[in-house]
Amino acid sequence: MNPVPLFVAIPLGAAFLIPMLGIWWKKSGEALAALSTATLAVMAILSIGSTAVAYHMGGWAPPVGIALVSDGLTVLLLIAVNVIAFLCIIFSLKYMTAYSGLPKYYSLFMLMVAGMNGVVVSGDLFNLYVFLEVASIASYALVAFGTEADELEAGFKYLVLGSVASVMILFAIGTVYAVTGTLNMADAAREISTRFSGAGAMNPALLLAAAMFLMGFSLKAALVPFHAWLPDAHPSAPAPISAMLSGVVIKSLGIYAICRVFFHVFGFDPNVMGSVILANSMIWLAVLSIVVGGLLAIGQWDYKRLLAYSSIGQVGYVMLGLGVGARVLATGGPRSLAALAILGGLFHLVNHAFFKSLLFLSSGAIQHATGTRDMKQMGGLREKMPITSAVTNLAALSISGVPPFSGFWSKLIILIAVVKAEHYVIAGIAIVMAFVTLAYYVKVQREIIFGSVRGAVERAKEVPAAMYVPLIILAIVCVGFGLLYPVFGYRILEPARDALMNSAEYVKLVLG
Amino acid sequence: MKGMSLIVKTISDFVVGFIIIFGAYIVLYGHLTPGGGFAGGVIIASAFILLMLAHGKDVAFSKLGERAAHILDSAGALAFLLIGWVGVVGGYFFMNVFGRGEQFRLLSSGMILPGNIAIAFKVASSLFLVFSALAVFRRRSFRSMIEGELR
Repeated sequence: MNPVPLFVAIPLGAAFLIPMLGIWWKKSGEALAALSTATLAVMAILSIGSTAVAYHMGGWAPPVGIALVSDGLTVLLLIAVNVIAFLCIIFSLKYMTAYSGLPKYYSLFMLMVAGMNGVVVSGDLFNLYVFLEVASIASYALVAFGTEADELEAGFKYLVLGSVASVMILFAIGTVYAVTGTLNMADAAREISTRFSGAGAMNPALLLAAAMFLMGFSLKAALVPFHAWLPDAHPSAPAPISAMLSGVVIKSLGIYAICRVFFHVFGFDPNVMGSVILANSMIWLAVLSIVVGGLLAIGQWDYKRLLAYSSIGQVGYVMLGLGVGARVLATGGPRSLAALAILGGLFHLVNHAFFKSLLFLSSGAIQHATGTRDMKQMGGLREKMPITSAVTNLAALSISGVPPFSGFWSKLIILIAVVKAEHYVIAGIAIVMAFVTLAYYVKVQREIIFGSVRGAVERAKEVPAAMYVPLIILAIVCVGFGLLYPVFGYRILEPARDALMNSAEYVKLVLG
Repeated sequence: MKGMSLIVKTISDFVVGFIIIFGAYIVLYGHLTPGGGFAGGVIIASAFILLMLAHGKDVAFSKLGERAAHILDSAGALAFLLIGWVGVVGGYFFMNVFGRGEQFRLLSSGMILPGNIAIAFKVASSLFLVFSALAVFRRRSFRSMIEGELR
């Protein structure tokens, strides 16, 4: 049997079994969540190199029925989502014991995973929206899981802004349906490319839909100026949830959806009117995010808030790679250059998923041990918590782009592509902001890890193995992605890049 | 006396049964006439909500306990997922492997009827739980608010 629907069915089943069994069996959440995320992670890793398939739900062929699609891009996102979800669950086993209502936590966690996997495998615009809402609503509740005043406030802010984004996306989907008469993404792509290509043939309603999609998905991806919810929501959530939110939620609901809808449904092509405007808007959103996210991160003294602002900046880099690639495609530039830019963007997406979840999990470990996230009350952590300090250091070096860690290579590829595409000013900004990234991670190292032991660190002890083992695994991945790219990285990233660039192949895959 | 006046209580006791029957009708005939699992589930939930409004939450919980509602809530969703799994026998998730039957008969159109029933359980119990959470939570938070102010 084809495993694609299992990526949704397994976490959904676990999400509903956990609260039911939780009435009689207190540990049901831990057991079922660990089991199902482990299965999903193994399935995702095994799907590397598999051929692209379109699965017909209920045996109905695509323009009528619902299609689930698994191609290179899907596999890339599935690996990131499910591996990180598994490690976050392992971390939660010990970390979350301080909270009550654990079956609810694991149930919501599994719903969030089901929603993200659903967004990633969906081949249908409306199903993409439904799964996006499943994941979003679960994450609103998880942000407020601590039910303290500021957590509830952050959750409510996230809920209101997230709902605005969802309405925009739904409106855009309705507009696309009104214009093309279909909700299937491949079918809509075929309609748009046949009916609305050629000079001046773009439908204004489609431009409106594109604008609303861009706004909605940018809000889910927390790109500036749609970022206001993230610096509150990500620090307020329990650490494993922060790791999921910053690591994979903003990417699968935001960046992935932008990729799928714009590259495949609308298409970046010189014949399609408006695609240059769209690509330019993507680049501007990216540059704004890089600058604003980076500059705001410097002044933060709350460790998790600093990480949250850093996420905004780093997602900007991902978007910059994709946006430059889109612009090269839209202006009819060399495809090899577009491929380089997109590869850089996707590479940074995966890298950021791993090192940012590592940083958030380590912030959870630090908070668990010291009881604070205020950087002014910390110092000399490496003497008290050597393992956590080492992995935090490694992730900080990786995210700030120090060779030979993974973040260096992905930023390098993006910058080479930006320079080759002759956006010299943007390249200059990106380089300066890469140094700013380094600056605020040096601040993290100086205030938390090195120096003399002071403040809350004095009574800190190294966290138990159940908490540091996921950190070590993530650290190995961070180093491995940088050094071993020629060995295995290309097997994940290059199929994803090729899938993203060939809209026609996607249409052929789904519609046959 | 808890709840509303005797007139309201008597009338609501009288209509609750009809509302549930009407909801069940909407669910069971969802594949033939307008309606379905969600609409019927909402109607069934509204019967319990009416009980809660008229008699207070204790009477409503004696008819449908919180724990039972939680179990039904998850069981409905799981049953729907199970129906999807049954389709795997036919080769695809959610494939209609049951017979389609004769048109316009109650037992027709394969998995749509069991699917509607599963959805109805899910919707009815979760809507009831949402309402009871609001009813219970408001009182609790109001009290804690006052206590906070007194402190």
